[in-house]
Amino acid sequence: MPGKLKAKIVAGRHLPVMDRASDLTDAFVEVKFGNTTFKTDVYPKSLNPQWNSEWFKFEVDDEDLQDEPLQITVLDHDTYSANDAIGKVYIDIDPLLCSEAATVISGWLPIYDTIHGIRGEINVLVKVDLFNDLNRFRQSSCGVKFFCTTSIPRCYRAIMVHGFVEELVVNEDPEYQWIDRIRTPRASNEARQRLIFLMSGELQRKIGLKVLEMGGNAVVGYLQCFDLEGESGLVVRAIGTACTLEKISTFPATATHPSNSSPSKDMKEPVFGEEAPGVPLSSGPPTPLRAQTFSSFSPSKSYSRQSSSSDTELSLTPKTGMGSGGSAGKDAGPLKALLKQQTQSALEQREYPFFTLTVFPPGFLLHVGGVVSARSVKLLDRIHNPALGNTRSYKLLDWNSFTADEPETRDAWWEEIRQEIKSHAKSLGCHAVVGYSESTSICEEVCILSASGTAAILSSRFMQDGPLDTELRLSQQPLCVFSTGSERVEGDMGSSASLGFEEVVSPGCGFCHIPYDELNIPFPAQLTYCYCCRRYKVPDVLFTTIDLPTEASVTGKGCLIQARLCRTKKKAQGEVNAMAISNLLPFLEYELHTQLMNKLKLRGMNALFGLRIQISVGETMLLGLASATGVYLTALPSPGGIQIVGKTPSDITYEQHISNMQKKINDTITKNKELYEINPPEVVEEIIGSPIPEPRQRSRLFRSHSESSDDVSEIDLSHGKKDAFVLEIDDTDAVEDIHALLTDSPTPAGFYSCNTEIMPGIQNWTSAIQMFTSVRVFRLNANLTNQGLNKIFSDLCENLLKSLYFKLRSMVPCCLCHLNFTVAIPEDELIQVAVTAVALSFDKVQTLENGKQSGEKTPIKAITENDEQLQFNLELNAETSSSSISPKGLSEVGSHPSARAPSVDYSSFADRCSSWIEQLKLKAHTIRRGSVKTTSSMEKASPLPEGRSRSLRSNRSYSGSSVAVVKMTPLSFIPGAKIIKYLGIINMFFIRETSSLREEGGVSGFLHTFIAEVFAMVRAHVAALGGNAVVSYSMKECVFMENPNKNQAQCLINVSGDAVIFVRESELELTSVQPQSATTQTSNGGEGT
Amino acid sequence: MSVELDVFVGNTTIMDKEVYQLWLNGYTVNDAVKVRIEGGVMEECEASAEVLLSDTMDQYRTFQMCERLLHHPAKLANQLLFQIPPDRQAMLIERYYAFDDLFVREVLGKKLSKGTKKDLDDVSTKTGITLKSCRRQFDNFKRVFKVVEELKGPLVENIRQHFLLPDQLARDYAAIVFFANNRFETGKKKLQYLTFQDFAFCAGQLINNWTLGAVDNMMEDMDVDLDKEFLQDLKDLKILITDKDLLDQHKSLVCTALRGKTNVYNEMEANFKNLSRGLVNIAAKLINAKDVRDFFIDLVEKFIEPCRSDKWTSIDMNLYLTHYTNSAHILDTFKHHAVWTRYMGVIKSCILRLYHD
Repeated sequence: MPGKLKAKIVAGRHLPVMDRASDLTDAFVEVKFGNTTFKTDVYPKSLNPQWNSEWFKFEVDDEDLQDEPLQITVLDHDTYSANDAIGKVYIDIDPLLCSEAATVISGWLPIYDTIHGIRGEINVLVKVDLFNDLNRFRQSSCGVKFFCTTSIPRCYRAIMVHGFVEELVVNEDPEYQWIDRIRTPRASNEARQRLIFLMSGELQRKIGLKVLEMGGNAVVGYLQCFDLEGESGLVVRAIGTACTLEKISTFPATATHPSNSSPSKDMKEPVFGEEAPGVPLSSGPPTPLRAQTFSSFSPSKSYSRQSSSSDTELSLTPKTGMGSGGSAGKDAGPLKALLKQQTQSALEQREYPFFTLTVFPPGFLLHVGGVVSARSVKLLDRIHNPALGNTRSYKLLDWNSFTADEPETRDAWWEEIRQEIKSHAKSLGCHAVVGYSESTSICEEVCILSASGTAAILSSRFMQDGPLDTELRLSQQPLCVFSTGSERVEGDMGSSASLGFEEVVSPGCGFCHIPYDELNIPFPAQLTYCYCCRRYKVPDVLFTTIDLPTEASVTGKGCLIQARLCRTKKKAQGEVNAMAISNLLPFLEYELHTQLMNKLKLRGMNALFGLRIQISVGETMLLGLASATGVYLTALPSPGGIQIVGKTPSDITYEQHISNMQKKINDTITKNKELYEINPPEVVEEIIGSPIPEPRQRSRLFRSHSESSDDVSEIDLSHGKKDAFVLEIDDTDAVEDIHALLTDSPTPAGFYSCNTEIMPGIQNWTSAIQMFTSVRVFRLNANLTNQGLNKIFSDLCENLLKSLYFKLRSMVPCCLCHLNFTVAIPEDELIQVAVTAVALSFDKVQTLENGKQSGEKTPIKAITENDEQLQFNLELNAETSSSSISPKGLSEVGSHPSARAPSVDYSSFADRCSSWIEQLKLKAHTIRRGSVKTTSSMEKASPLPEGRSRSLRSNRSYSGSSVAVVKMTPLSFIPGAKIIKYLGIINMFFIRETSSLREEGGVSGFLHTFIAEVFAMVRAHVAALGGNAVVSYSMKECVFMENPNKNQAQCLINVSGDAVIFVRESELELTSVQPQSATTQTSNGGEGT
Repeated sequence: MSVELDVFVGNTTIMDKEVYQLWLNGYTVNDAVKVRIEGGVMEECEASAEVLLSDTMDQYRTFQMCERLLHHPAKLANQLLFQIPPDRQAMLIERYYAFDDLFVREVLGKKLSKGTKKDLDDVSTKTGITLKSCRRQFDNFKRVFKVVEELKGPLVENIRQHFLLPDQLARDYAAIVFFANNRFETGKKKLQYLTFQDFAFCAGQLINNWTLGAVDNMMEDMDVDLDKEFLQDLKDLKILITDKDLLDQHKSLVCTALRGKTNVYNEMEANFKNLSRGLVNIAAKLINAKDVRDFFIDLVEKFIEPCRSDKWTSIDMNLYLTHYTNSAHILDTFKHHAVWTRYMGVIKSCILRLYHD
């Protein structure tokens, strides 16, 4: 479906002087989209040109609109020689293609040059007229919303979570093309930037198509990465979670509707009853979305599934219901196994039951098994043939000498890994993997592919087409709702009813309950009864890659825990090298895991969230960095201490040494417990009955390296038969290890840190936020031992943290959230650590409250959040029942011939919703403008007498153009504020190069400027979309290369995030009265389509 | 083993006021770290010297990057590179343009030329202010001078508009520009007792009363140059001392008015003719640019020093100048009332300011 792209070039400012003679510039602008180029007139002799051009119109396919960026080039006109380029602006059109996102791009955007950086700004207006046709959804994927946020975006509600989407595109890297030898660095950089823009656009479109095929309308947790494979090419890959989202009221429901809850439930319940016992298995309607119904074992869990049409085995799926998958006590053994089987098979039908989400709608995440990860070492092989040294000379070989076309090869690699992850999850008794992510580390021709996630059992709630609202209510008012369902069940399946009951009763601990079979534990584990509900088994330690569920009950506060490791390796080439690396990997992971475990114990905590293990490969070493947030889950048993045992007890001084160390460790644990306010309620009674496996330390970290075929080697990382918490000192290494353990300095007073979104135990956030990026590169001496390297690496990270605390001391009390460390080995003997995080201030008063109170608070909060979500449902439901043939109901039953995509069903409703959101946006704008006025008040405070206006002449260009403040945060929310609109994804890639490194302040000066410029460009683009913040911001790539001898450096940065409009909650309260009425209005006609 | 690269970039640019001041003062990174360590920030925040060094380097780099914007403060408000809250911006600008009184006394009235800049190392040694800081201050003076030189309109207002400075600082810069433009001599030994604020006050008086801008506000350089016509007219005041009758009459009027009201009556009476000659001569000479330069020296030599040696108090001075000014209007043959008022108004307030008991 074609569309019309319109662009207008208004003005420029702060342009650089291009003509030395006149100290001025004769600037004009080229506007290019696809193959069409327009030019403005030359605006002579000015650094602040006012072009005020006509509207340049491009008539293009929406496929192009998705793939191509609008390219604006500012040039200096030169009569006698070639025109000099000042710089470029790439504008991503994508946000304009979605009706719910931005409508216009308008504002000052920095003009960027890859050699000189930002050179002035240009004011542009960009609009898109898409010919409005519902069918356009079929031809391209315009309209599919993308979110970097790894949770359901704040102003949306998940109707359905379809599952994993992935795609990758491959191209040659322009930097390695033969033409690069003759073109300028600028041309080469620009070719690269443009190519990556194109590739990301294409990737996004392809993913969008997959989403549409699945029946979704959005991708949440969209993670796009670049692999710069050097001569073998450039890979852009992305993963995400396809969802069907629906807009919800942007205003917090001020009052809940107690009267509404029961009628709607009554309306819904019969539907359940009718279909549940035995719906005939329909072979699926002949629509691209194949909806199937499976009769359910447990009646309340009717389940139907959608999958991509390419999934051929779909029609062969057996009748299965999705059980809750909970553990049902000791006597439910066989039944449980059966349930588990069903649960698994339900999700198994999906190619990959993976979810990139880390935060889930309430009730979605039932149980968490543990971390699953897989790594694989691959060789990016190429033919060394200088005679063929042109573009097409490379060929890819993977480790199995399996040759294929490039994308297929890469696809196959990832497929292998994903299969492995899937099987790991299965062995943990889980049918899904959540908090899933993928990464690579490349050094020369060796590439380590990694994937990790958390094995989990999910509720079928968001995976079926059934109405969610009733389901949602299940968790809210469990007792009354469930009565109907369980009665029916009791006859044949008593235990299953109690199963359902379990997940409802204990939202704070349910996810900790083991998903696997107690008698058939996949690894040695120590199970106890849950310390919250005392009914189900829990493990002693829980590692996950997801965020702490909001409903989880936590004792005390959390803290960042890092395990750091360096391993030297011999320089090698090709397969030998790859083999050496894959041999080292298990040890690396084992040690990281041990470190994590020990550090966790040292802090008196029992669970890790947001675990991210990064392994980076260099020519002579491997780096491992594991970061996670440790917490004390109330449901899990209290961790034991750490006991040190010496090997040679004969020596008295040695023993003394040991006991000293033991004392130190014990002191640290006590101190940490105080620091993090960990004082769990004392458990009086002993573990009730049930044979408990011998106490052993166990781990839930699965890994394997598949350098060959599909032999999946799982390495048990537990410490064999030793007691869980005993550290045996048999050599100096062990002593060093313990020292290292104790050298982690505690965070200074007033600081907390975590790598997750929220910090348990802290609520009262103020609006003060500070996002930052810090990069350090450390040069090592040659010939270091493993121990020496470890210490250096560990110190590097510790010092970096200390510096951050010092920098941010003015924000105390504050918490560093989402601390995201990235390590790299840019060249031999260099270690690069980059950190992006946000510091949030909070009010001290609240922190004095003990952990228990805060634990109680969270569930309440979750409920209110839910209530506000429910508000719409209730009204929708009323409609549903009266018309009785609502699309939602249909797809649930699966008997209607034309189950339509939910995105279409809700579009008009959403449109109406957005109309008053539009109003709100206007309001937000005026608010922003108001603040702008205050910023510029300094200029306006002293108005000149009229007659003296000439003195202002050089001021003119500045007046009234103060810069709007744009907040940036890696979190998915802004404390104290409500996100009222998502404007689209920000995904930007920049290259900066210099050949005057010293003059730009050395490497630090160069990178400092570049990062500041990247921030500035992100802010400017967000502001141009009408936004005032970027959430879920991340710097995914920061590749820095230097050559000080040549006075040169180059850096590539890739950042992404979601542009949003937020309104302070205090401002919202003022306006919340009118929208309330608007809400009812919109919902009245909401289902009209 | 060394840190090769170390940067920290905040979405809101973090700037430490203390470090900023150290940077402005021209301290090297290492010196600044020393000062900070002595300041006790380390104990406060549980930091190490290493952390302090890293932070200081980082801040210095930020300031260096900001410096080019600070040269055109209006740009700071609408540049995109650094997100700095408005109050911070104001602080940055104000402190950047702040100067040391000690330093400004050294260059006040000097031509803001390359030659003067070359001598800054002497100034630095003399004042104990780092050369770097001297250069910044000097460059600030020069920059402000260059910008306002070409502008019409009131000087103070122009400076405030262009450099977004607070009122007092804008006035000080106006004084500096005014002094530099007219090349008033301020460095002589006799003037050493005067502070910059003394001169700034006088500059304010001169700008407001003796420049073209005081009469016509649409002229170029109106605030920077003295009103030539007025200076020409000042020659007419000579009659007060050349006409013997007028001088005697003037003296008797002042004496009558002051009798019994001051302790230094006798000295005053004895010195009247000298003092009056001094003031009127200054007025008559102002038409020569060279004598304009000596304005303050003349005031001190011809009037302030004699009075001081006679131990006049400020009150005596005020009383004398008031009556001296007013009496002239009663003189029958004296016609130049307007010029006299314009002249004496400034002279009186300047002398009162410059006269330190």
